[in-house]
Amino acid sequence: MVSLTVNGRTVSLEVGGDTPLLWVLRHHLHLRGTKFGCGVGACGACTVLVNGVALRACSVSAASVDGAEIQTIEGLAGGNDPVATRVMAAWTSEQVPQCGYCVPGMIVAAVALLRRTRQPADAEIDAAMTNLCRCGSYDRIRKAIRRAATAGAAP
Amino acid sequence: MTTPPAAPPVINLSRRAVLAGSGALVLGVHLPGWGVGEAAAAVGANTLIPVNAWLKISATAVSVVCPASEMGQGVFTALAQLVAEELDIDWRIVRAEMAPFDAAYANPILGGMRSGGATSIRAWFLPMRRAGAAARLMLKAAAAEVWRVAPDSLVLETGLIRHPPSAREASYGALAQVASRQAVPAEPPLRDPARWTLIGQPVPRLDVPDKVAGRALFGMDVLVPGQLYAAIRHCPVYGGTLARLDDSALKMGGGSYPPGVVSVVTLKDAVAVVAEDWWLARSALARVAVAWAEGANAGQNSAAIDSALARALDPKDPRAVATVVNRGDVDRAIAGSARSIDAVYRLPFLAHAALEPLNATASVTARGCELWLPTQDQGQYPRLLAEALGIRPDKVRVNTTYVGGSFGRRFEADVGLEAALLSKAVGRPVQLIWTREEDIRHDVYRPASISRVTLGLDVLGRITGWRHRVAAPSILGRVAPGALRDGVDKTATQGVADQPYPLPALRLDYVRQETGIPVGFWRSVGHGSNGFVVESMIDEAAAALGRDPWRFRRDLLAEKAPRALRVLDLAAAKAGWTTPLPPIARARRGRGIALHEAYGSVIAAVVEVTVFFDGRVGLDRVVAALDCGQMVNPDIVSGQVAGGLLFGLGAALTGRVGFERGRALQSNFHDYKILTLAEAPPVEVHLVASAEPPGGVSEAGVPPAAPALTNAIFAATGKRLRALPVAAADLSGA
Repeated sequence: MVSLTVNGRTVSLEVGGDTPLLWVLRHHLHLRGTKFGCGVGACGACTVLVNGVALRACSVSAASVDGAEIQTIEGLAGGNDPVATRVMAAWTSEQVPQCGYCVPGMIVAAVALLRRTRQPADAEIDAAMTNLCRCGSYDRIRKAIRRAATAGAAP
Repeated sequence: MTTPPAAPPVINLSRRAVLAGSGALVLGVHLPGWGVGEAAAAVGANTLIPVNAWLKISATAVSVVCPASEMGQGVFTALAQLVAEELDIDWRIVRAEMAPFDAAYANPILGGMRSGGATSIRAWFLPMRRAGAAARLMLKAAAAEVWRVAPDSLVLETGLIRHPPSAREASYGALAQVASRQAVPAEPPLRDPARWTLIGQPVPRLDVPDKVAGRALFGMDVLVPGQLYAAIRHCPVYGGTLARLDDSALKMGGGSYPPGVVSVVTLKDAVAVVAEDWWLARSALARVAVAWAEGANAGQNSAAIDSALARALDPKDPRAVATVVNRGDVDRAIAGSARSIDAVYRLPFLAHAALEPLNATASVTARGCELWLPTQDQGQYPRLLAEALGIRPDKVRVNTTYVGGSFGRRFEADVGLEAALLSKAVGRPVQLIWTREEDIRHDVYRPASISRVTLGLDVLGRITGWRHRVAAPSILGRVAPGALRDGVDKTATQGVADQPYPLPALRLDYVRQETGIPVGFWRSVGHGSNGFVVESMIDEAAAALGRDPWRFRRDLLAEKAPRALRVLDLAAAKAGWTTPLPPIARARRGRGIALHEAYGSVIAAVVEVTVFFDGRVGLDRVVAALDCGQMVNPDIVSGQVAGGLLFGLGAALTGRVGFERGRALQSNFHDYKILTLAEAPPVEVHLVASAEPPGGVSEAGVPPAAPALTNAIFAATGKRLRALPVAAADLSGA
């Protein structure tokens, strides 16, 4: 039995403790915005916030996050989180997505970055955004993060 | 972002409309020249019955039914723009949806319902506009019928049909059903390009809101009632088969499988576990032991492949050489030249590594087979599934999800067929998901190749003759042997004879060298490989003559290739080609330029690099200029080109799949590295206004990327890289 608070809702689930959080979210909770890309924590398509920290859900066991607060793209898209709202608006303004498969994980990673560092320098963006985009939309991802940071700096 | 063209607000159904709105109605539009009969004939006698629905109109929305898969290339938006342009509707109510499989949606260039080869705009530029224009006339005819007035007395504006003499009006939605019964105009007049308000506009992509919110439905997000999940392990060697299976370690005391594990299913070359959830299936699969009959390719390795390819360059090698082009007397031209350059170039196998691993969901019942998957080739499934399942092709339904990247990989039917066989085996719908490891180890790779080029230059530095031999395994030989012409696989040699530089004498030979490694279409196909070879050779010629690489290319093109010259000059100007790069401590810097023409588009790219004394290569900046003819959506074009350039640069830097004992050595993103954000340089894409017919853009960025990079490395270090990836070369030094 694992207990999680996912997007503000507390749930208890009968899952094996070694089941990765990714599959708990996708299969047991039907939260399919969090994507499977590599299974080894390399691509970041499954990035979610665990107690506010961006983690690769494919490489985090359910048991290890028992009692934790999880935010997924669905939770961030709800409109209640000002940073997430700015990041999503910036992703839209810069027309970042191509295939779109990396987008949920990228947005979650960007939200974590901007919550931690309101005005990240380029090197901080490089260090934080280790998610992979196979379509090569990186230039627009950078622009979107800068745009969201600028929007967040406005009085 | 630019906002959509200004338009009045959505007009609701008028009270004076004769007909009440009745929800979304399908408006059948038979495409002239692509009618039911022709479409059916093009794909064979057993084709599904076409529905001919290109548009759905309601009182509040217009949905364009797209015949091409949305794989990231922006095709939903661009094709919807084409239809909407002719319809007089408010762009803000336009939606796009994927067409179900139907022969009527066959791509006119590719033949069959498929998307690829940067063909979507070229193929659909006219048909989609005709669909919109025909619909407009049919709506007009519907109003004329209902109101019993002359069609000429009607006015259409922004989703509304008015009859000014009687002050009647109705929305398109209200008239859609009547319109769908009208005769389809054979040659509907198209709007004068001077009056276009949507074509050429950077309207925001229709798929972005769902993708940003995590709502977009990809293949793995499909959930049908009763669905099970499968994990699969293939024979590690291509062509091998399953010999023995031992699932005793999976079984519990009583000999049954653990709770949730439904079945262990054997396929010819694979074993799969079907379970209530995928993690359970994958975990159970790890406990299944398998012995493989590895077959003929079990001894294959990279060194042997490289040797076999190299032997194919030997003029005395007895293997069949297919001559693709033999124009002028090349041997004489080179022998009589003031200077000749001879070089051998090698390229590795590459994996597609789309971010969404291969997957498909299938439901096989007594009624037939239904498939849901991210694919770029729907058209192949009715026949293939009919053969595999022993059913009629018209019992196959194919539904396409958003595609999480493809780059050529999802032309293949492997995962879709496997899902269907698994569903048949267990009698329930099955979603099959390959692991990333299976995805990379069982790819159909970009062919490894070797090329030898000899070119002659006259005293003025002009090319007198170009002798070129390519040896590579054949893509068409595997997927469409009938498409080989006189032993030539055109995908292996494209980009050589059609390079923009004038070649008075050219001999282009192809040697098909199979390796036991399956090869397939990989973004830009032969253009990517041969673009690297050609643009490296041009750079070698400039260097041999001590000429500036940009000016040397300019002089070669002269007035014979104005489109190419224009993008070459634009890229050089925007990059500040003539301004030296500021130095960086403990590093060398350089700029490289490359030019390529393909898909009806021509592109030039300048790459700036820093090569550190320790050999690391930093990508500093990319500047590209593109002439792709008429553009439907310039913002999508620039995103595609920027993406293609980075796709090509990443592959050039680190991309390589090697083989030992018939097995792929790479398996995931730790050892098959793709470009990261930290490595990605800023990319500028400059678009040339052009009245040429629309060209393809989704592949255009790839071919110039690798040569612009290696030419920049040469400029920085004096080292000419004749083999990729760059990471395999030692670039250390001061």
